[in-house]
Amino acid sequence: MKKIVKFTLNGQPHVGAVADNILLIDYLRGMGLTGTKTGCDGGECGACTVLINDQPALACLTLAPTVQGARVETIESQSRGGGLSDIQLGFHHKLGSQCGFCTPGFIMAAEGLLRRNPQPNDEEIREALGSNICRCTGYVKIIEAVKWAAKERGRGVR
Amino acid sequence: MESLPDFDLIRPRTLDEAVKARQKFPGNRLLGGGTDLLVNIRRGIGDAPTALIDMTNIAELKTIKADAKKLKIGASVTIQEVADDSTIAHHYPAIAEAAASIAGPTQRAMGTLGGNLCLDTRCIYYNQSDWWRSANGFCLKYQGEKCHIALKSKTCFATYSGDLAPAAMVLGAEVEIIGPNGQRRLTLTDLYSGDGQNYLTLEEGEIITALSIKKEPGLRSGYEKIRTRQSIDYPLAGVAAGLCREGNKITDFHIAVTGTNPKPVLLDGTAHLVGGPLDDEFFNALDKLMSAQIKSMKTTLAPGNYRRKMAGVLARRLTKKLFDNYCQ
Ligand SMILES: Cc1cc2nc3c(=O)[nH]c(=O)nc-3n(C[C@H](O)[C@H](O)[C@H](O)COP(=O)(O)OP(=O)(O)OC[C@H]3O[C@@H](n4cnc5c(N)ncnc54)[C@H](O)[C@@H]3O)c2cc1C
Ligand code: SF4
Ligand code: FES
Ligand code: FES
Repeated sequence: MKKIVKFTLNGQPHVGAVADNILLIDYLRGMGLTGTKTGCDGGECGACTVLINDQPALACLTLAPTVQGARVETIESQSRGGGLSDIQLGFHHKLGSQCGFCTPGFIMAAEGLLRRNPQPNDEEIREALGSNICRCTGYVKIIEAVKWAAKERGRGVR
Repeated sequence: MESLPDFDLIRPRTLDEAVKARQKFPGNRLLGGGTDLLVNIRRGIGDAPTALIDMTNIAELKTIKADAKKLKIGASVTIQEVADDSTIAHHYPAIAEAAASIAGPTQRAMGTLGGNLCLDTRCIYYNQSDWWRSANGFCLKYQGEKCHIALKSKTCFATYSGDLAPAAMVLGAEVEIIGPNGQRRLTLTDLYSGDGQNYLTLEEGEIITALSIKKEPGLRSGYEKIRTRQSIDYPLAGVAAGLCREGNKITDFHIAVTGTNPKPVLLDGTAHLVGGPLDDEFFNALDKLMSAQIKSMKTTLAPGNYRRKMAGVLARRLTKKLFDNYCQ
């Protein structure tokens, strides 16, 4: 069965026809939004993290028709008119990204965190990124990146 | 690209519609947050469903009613909501602690109570891709003839690994169920069969609607779990305890364990341990109950023996903690 699904995608109204068995990750990537990555086959890595109504969600375990009426944001929404967002800059300055495969997921999980808790401490950052796996950085640099971004955001820079 | 077999997605708004949908679409499965079911469907584990009935759009299943006397959590409440509820944390701490220990934050925000209670049993020979399992001739639990854990066994030992069930068991929880024949209640311990393959006792077409607990005054509870990493991982062993203390004596005592047997085990015989102080004799008797009833096979990368021993350590540690910190 196909369903018409209407939702807000990266701030823009979106309407599509989608089969019931299509995962959000495949739907997004299929329309060219390939920033969201598939890193595992089982909800274990967080590479596919997007925001659904401000809440980090695994696009690999979300059926596309269930985002009906929701606000979906992918890593592409971080672009600031071709420039980098505060979190992206944080990852850049603090070397929070090496191979980069996990980065979109980490950035979206961090975005979810900073929206509900703009000044998180280290423990809160660790906790909020606890569904994301990185094989390169050792996490320390990622935590520094998020702290850097929180500070920037606190100063009103986005 | 299609990662999933073809099925219809049904999104009922009321429980009544959900019960009817279960009858209308033979071969359907209930979908909570999908953090267990969709993973398994992707891996070709279990017969491909013809329809998935989404339980997360049903408002009546999404409420927590909690006070100092009783607790009722709707089946579609998320694990994170359970972990965050201050009344649950205050009056039913084992439940809140267990919820907070499940998977990672993103899975907790997606996963539901109903899905957690009904979590499929797990095994290193089962939670694998179709390709991996086929290379091994599959196994008894699904599509195969043999159990690779116990070659001669006619039954499956896949491990029940949900964290909430043991916590709810030590508090004497019941589940509320609705089905084609109306409603019924079941003690949570009776929801699990003990067989790794057909691990639940639910009948065809039934739906869990809520978990309910009557608070026993004086009962203090907690939950502890060990896992490979501090986040994301299932329990290698998880232990919940509930106890009452009067002066120097332990007067009521319940222990339940997950991550070891094919069902969450509410330890039998703990009533005989009460009445005295928390001394060596008490702990030796507890050890005996644990080693008689907690059986873990090599269904995880960690050896079964290790998980069994760790369950014993957690049981002792948690009991002592609850006893020492006991306040009226
Ligand atoms: C990486 C990872 C780590 C995890 N770690 C843990 C962990 O540490 N501890 C833990 O307990 N779990 C863990 N899980 C599993 C899972 O996230 C939780 O158990 C979650 O609560 C499952 O709920 P769900 O709604 O997503 O279930 P679903 O996947 O939607 O459903 C699971 C099962 O329950 C059935 N079901 C759902 N709702 C009902 C209902 N109302 N009545 C009857 N049957 C129903 C479904 O048909 C299915 O068989 C982990 C999952 C992942 C992906
Ligand atoms: S315990 Fe045996 S039958 Fe059960 S899943 Fe593991 S290998 Fe398969
Ligand atoms: S792709 Fe690994 S969690 Fe979604
Ligand atoms: S930067 Fe390579 S996985 Fe994280």
